[in-house]
Amino acid sequence: MSRKVKKDKVKFIWTPKKAATAISAYMVGIFFIYPYLNMLLTSLKPHGELYATPTTRLPKSWQFSNYLDVWSKAPVGNFLRASIVVSVCATLLVLLVSVPAAYYVARNRFKGRSAFLLLVLATQMFSPTALIIGIFREVKFFGQLDTWPALIVVNAGFNLAFAVWLLSGFFSSVPVEIEEAAMVDGCTRFQALRRIVLPVTLPGLVTAVIFTFVSTWNEFTVALTIISSPARQPISTGITTFVGQYDVAWEYLFTTTAIAIIPVVILFISIEKYLVGGLTAGSVK
Amino acid sequence: MTAISLGAKKVKNRRPANSFLSALPWIGPAILLILLVVVWPAVELIRISLTKITSAGVLEGFNGLGNYKLLFENPDLKTIAIRTVVWVLSVVFLTVIISLPLAQLINQSFPGRKFVRWAMIVPWAASVVMTSIIWKWMLELTSGEFNLTLRQLGIQHGQPVDWLRDPRFSFFVLIWVAVFVSIPFTTFVILAGLQSIPHDIIEAAQVDGASAWQVYRGIKFPLLRNSLLIATIINLINVFNSFPIIWALTRGGPGYNTDTTTTFAYKMAFVEYNMGPSTALGVINFGFIMLIVLVYLRVTKATRDQA
Repeated sequence: MSRKVKKDKVKFIWTPKKAATAISAYMVGIFFIYPYLNMLLTSLKPHGELYATPTTRLPKSWQFSNYLDVWSKAPVGNFLRASIVVSVCATLLVLLVSVPAAYYVARNRFKGRSAFLLLVLATQMFSPTALIIGIFREVKFFGQLDTWPALIVVNAGFNLAFAVWLLSGFFSSVPVEIEEAAMVDGCTRFQALRRIVLPVTLPGLVTAVIFTFVSTWNEFTVALTIISSPARQPISTGITTFVGQYDVAWEYLFTTTAIAIIPVVILFISIEKYLVGGLTAGSVK
Repeated sequence: MTAISLGAKKVKNRRPANSFLSALPWIGPAILLILLVVVWPAVELIRISLTKITSAGVLEGFNGLGNYKLLFENPDLKTIAIRTVVWVLSVVFLTVIISLPLAQLINQSFPGRKFVRWAMIVPWAASVVMTSIIWKWMLELTSGEFNLTLRQLGIQHGQPVDWLRDPRFSFFVLIWVAVFVSIPFTTFVILAGLQSIPHDIIEAAQVDGASAWQVYRGIKFPLLRNSLLIATIINLINVFNSFPIIWALTRGGPGYNTDTTTTFAYKMAFVEYNMGPSTALGVINFGFIMLIVLVYLRVTKATRDQA
């Protein structure tokens, strides 16, 4: 977890070989963001320019007003509200359930510990896609089709494993002696947890929060299957309503995807260094 | 990040093991959530696959293997199954082969490395459906970036290619988009593996006169085995499950021409209301994933116990 202490900043000296490395890396970087640049540029074109010949990459007249108009052209506000409510609630549920489990697993031996960890690890590998018919029938059984609570619980369930694995790694990194010392000094176990352990494990908590939020935000298959009314669609399925139409309003479609993508990209970049450890159950460090 | 071991030996408490009941208030909610969201749907799926079910979802009693029989009588199944194997193997293979040098590249030091890594995170963070829709636009017949570039480079003359609707190309386009969205995660897993290799080993080899390629082939690559294995297994599952790419780009069409068993099961259930065979296929898909998960648990167990 701890990054290598930064070496003394050695001044970078350009050699032909290093220049070649740098240039190929820049090209790789551009390659991976190119589609998203294309999305941004298209989102700034007036509708008439979309299919104009000759096609141009840059908008001829930059239609920044697309970003204002889209709110009335499509129920983007509704989509965003649904996505925010569902993602925030799923994240809270994951925290509520994973923090005690991860803490207990990191601190105690108990019968069934290995079985519990195996169960968690196995669920991390499942995506809801394979179980979608079962999920659909269960949600229907509870009379929760077309509701947000169903979406919240399913998303929380499938993101639980990441949080448990990541957080128990963080909890085990806090020496139990520090915690015990706090308890000797008169803290309750809960106070020790809150004052001593949580601050140290904050990066883990932030990572778990952001990861759950982003993956719920992006979840598609379950939302597509159990949410049917347009008013309750989250943004991931909401945007597909643009595509089916005869004359696709690509400029508004892409203003919407830009609004949906940019915040989660920033969030994901902020947790870059912990992502791999959580996703591979710590087996790749 | 220290991996937590499944065995109790890493736990610092020397007290005797607690009973499962005393753990329950802490881990009970997690177990409950997993039972509700993962185990219940799995059991329900298996139960329905053995039950006669109408298109409206009404159950009409035990049906034995009737649904499975119906599924295997489907003339399209064989092609779809073969395509699924091709899909999974080619996407995972291409992803890993491309990610290996990319990880090596972004592990070098050069100015702006942080930004290149950030750029590579974008397709990982962005919704796969949205990325697929962006590619749909880039592959558009006349105004899409792809055909535009081909025209400007003078490669394409006359009638432009309709990449997504032309049956000669549509499946390859799907493979391409799947590789594009799988590379970032894979590259970062391999990068994490590269970063965990101790510097002194590499320096020692360099002092002994090993060339860059010898260092890579003889030291780095063997030490990457574990990262590669993990990345491959996780990708196998993700690509097999990959529903949004195909759904957003072709809906498995035209006809069943670009369906995999995953989209085919979905299509039968929620488009054609042909629930019986769909649940049978769902169980087979689920069984396949179980199999890979078991391999994954075995592979990671060894690492977890070493840690």
